[in-house]
Amino acid sequence: MPANLFKVNEKEYILPGSRACQGCGLSLAYRYMLKALRENTIVTLPACCLCVLQGMYPSTPVLVPALNNSFASTAASASGLVAGLQALDRSDITVVAMAGDGGTFDMGIQALSGAAERETDFIYVCYDNEGYMNTGTQRSSATPLGALTTTTPILTKQQHKKDFIKIVEAHDIPYLATVSPAYPIDLYDKFVKAKKIKGTRYIHIYAPCPPGWTYPPKDTVKMGRLAVETGVAVLFEVEDGKFRLTGRSKTLAERGNRLPVINYVEKQGRFRRMNIEQLNQLQAWVDRKWDEYIKRADQG
Amino acid sequence: MSKVRIMTGNQAAAVGATLSGVQVVAAYPITPQSQLAEIMSQQIEGGKLKAEYVRVESEHSAMTVCISASTVGARVFTATSANGLLYMHEQLHWAAGARLPIVMCCVNRGVGAPWTIFNDQQDSLSQRDTGWLQIYCRNNQEILDTVIQAYRIAEKVYVPVMVCFDGFVLSHTMMPVYIPDAGAVRKFLPPYKPHTILSPEDPRNINPVLFPGRRENTEGVLCDGYMEMRYKLFAALDGARDVIIETDEAFAEAFGRRHGGMLWEYLTEDADVILTGIGSIASEATVAADLLREEGVKAGVVGIRVFRPFPKEDVRRALRKARAVVTFEKAVSYGYEGGLCSDLKAALYGTEVKAAVHGCIAGLGGRDVKARELAEAVKASLADIDDGRTEKTLWLNCFTG
Repeated sequence: MPANLFKVNEKEYILPGSRACQGCGLSLAYRYMLKALRENTIVTLPACCLCVLQGMYPSTPVLVPALNNSFASTAASASGLVAGLQALDRSDITVVAMAGDGGTFDMGIQALSGAAERETDFIYVCYDNEGYMNTGTQRSSATPLGALTTTTPILTKQQHKKDFIKIVEAHDIPYLATVSPAYPIDLYDKFVKAKKIKGTRYIHIYAPCPPGWTYPPKDTVKMGRLAVETGVAVLFEVEDGKFRLTGRSKTLAERGNRLPVINYVEKQGRFRRMNIEQLNQLQAWVDRKWDEYIKRADQG
Repeated sequence: MSKVRIMTGNQAAAVGATLSGVQVVAAYPITPQSQLAEIMSQQIEGGKLKAEYVRVESEHSAMTVCISASTVGARVFTATSANGLLYMHEQLHWAAGARLPIVMCCVNRGVGAPWTIFNDQQDSLSQRDTGWLQIYCRNNQEILDTVIQAYRIAEKVYVPVMVCFDGFVLSHTMMPVYIPDAGAVRKFLPPYKPHTILSPEDPRNINPVLFPGRRENTEGVLCDGYMEMRYKLFAALDGARDVIIETDEAFAEAFGRRHGGMLWEYLTEDADVILTGIGSIASEATVAADLLREEGVKAGVVGIRVFRPFPKEDVRRALRKARAVVTFEKAVSYGYEGGLCSDLKAALYGTEVKAAVHGCIAGLGGRDVKARELAEAVKASLADIDDGRTEKTLWLNCFTG
């Protein structure tokens, strides 16, 4: 059972009136993430959907202090906050760096790798909506095979998604977890746990995006669930090198009732040009990753 | 009590930063700055300076660390050169736009391609429009003193300051330097008290997205738009002149040394022709002026200490009696001329100062610049000016085919 099922922080840190899109998966995740992290938190973020969510000067719907910085610099900005707070004897504050997949998989990778290698005491959060959604759905290295984007507008993306989590894990950080806004208690639990751990922590949010993925805004939770049900997104955590499936992914592994990816793909307009060969390739890729996770879960 | 030590320019800068009580240092090594980054880490690891040292993976991150640490209220320091500075370019704009009093040393070096590790000033001069205040030093004493002054200036006007000095020519050259007393420095430069910091006690969203127009906040107060904020940055630099001069004067009062405020002059009072430049080349020009005077040419020197804000009133005053001005610059604006030459001409245009201004590009990529060559260039320019040639750009000591 999730640790915090009956004790989710009731306080809201995002007031009504954010500038995020209707049905934004990121907003939902951010809401629960901030509930878990509570007060005494500083967020640093680049130009991205989150920056838009945070509102236009001079108003913001978010009650947590936030620092906007340039695109490549999210994790370096966290390093600066940590160093500055340390110098001023304020190291009790939780520093969170949060960026999208473009600002993490692509442009932010150097700063993140550097900060993780330096064992910077912060939480890095990647909300992965699988493309440059803030600028209008361009291809990123997180975009899955067969997806239409505005820069793969005819042929669809020809390559698989980068397995970025493996790259992060190679830094031997004390805590790494994947979450989905469709499973808020699992998400909440992991942020509560991450807050208590020292060192670089990484949390990957698999964030459905109605305009970018082309599905009705009301279906965000459904899309998040289908991603997990099909194994496209896998919920797990790695604590001090120990791998553990969590929540729905754990149940799926135990029961062996994972759905085929077609159930997920057919619901999204971005896959409308996907051909059967790509569908098979995607299924094979998801199966291979899933098998790796199962093997690791068995090994513990 | 101050004491004298023989030290390099990099050491002088490190002593200046240490005496300034910097709390966070972030640096990435690059020739000729490396020694400065090394000394700062020695100071901190050796317990001589209580500060955090972030050994970043790039210059872009070095400036980002400075930006973020400054945002929570720490006094921060970094240093770089050449391509490192260029890699920071985005964050230079960010630091200035965010109005953070960051101080950075730029150990001047030519930029690639092709590679050179040697000195010119193309790196910092091509950052002219980033909103940083730029001060150039002519010797190692000035480096140490200017770093301390830079924090006082930056924290008054909320503009980052780049303290520039020539790679190798100063960074690796030993000179005697007076080290000021730490207590006196603390008095001259009290701990940093920011007007705004990012903190959970007073949550705010710093550097958010702005609409083009001004906009009311929830209390109905009309707040700045992007353009108003940018105007305020412009006005801060424009108004920094008084603070820079006041700081140099206060420094002179406390430590007995002044460095000229916006610019310094050498034998300008009766000068017919004035040589001008930025940094160590202007020092070299004083030797050239002596040579010229030996030959009966009334020469003087104006050394530009502060390049941004541009010392427009000061150059008008310093050049008012001159018939001719020759700029010697270790940088060029490709497709036009040296940037100092352009700025000088612009500052004089429409005023009563009618001196002809010739520009010399010199010493790029460490090409040696000799006082004798400067003197010869001045004589050639004077002859050209006598022939009515009011405009000229010369590449000094360069085979141009």
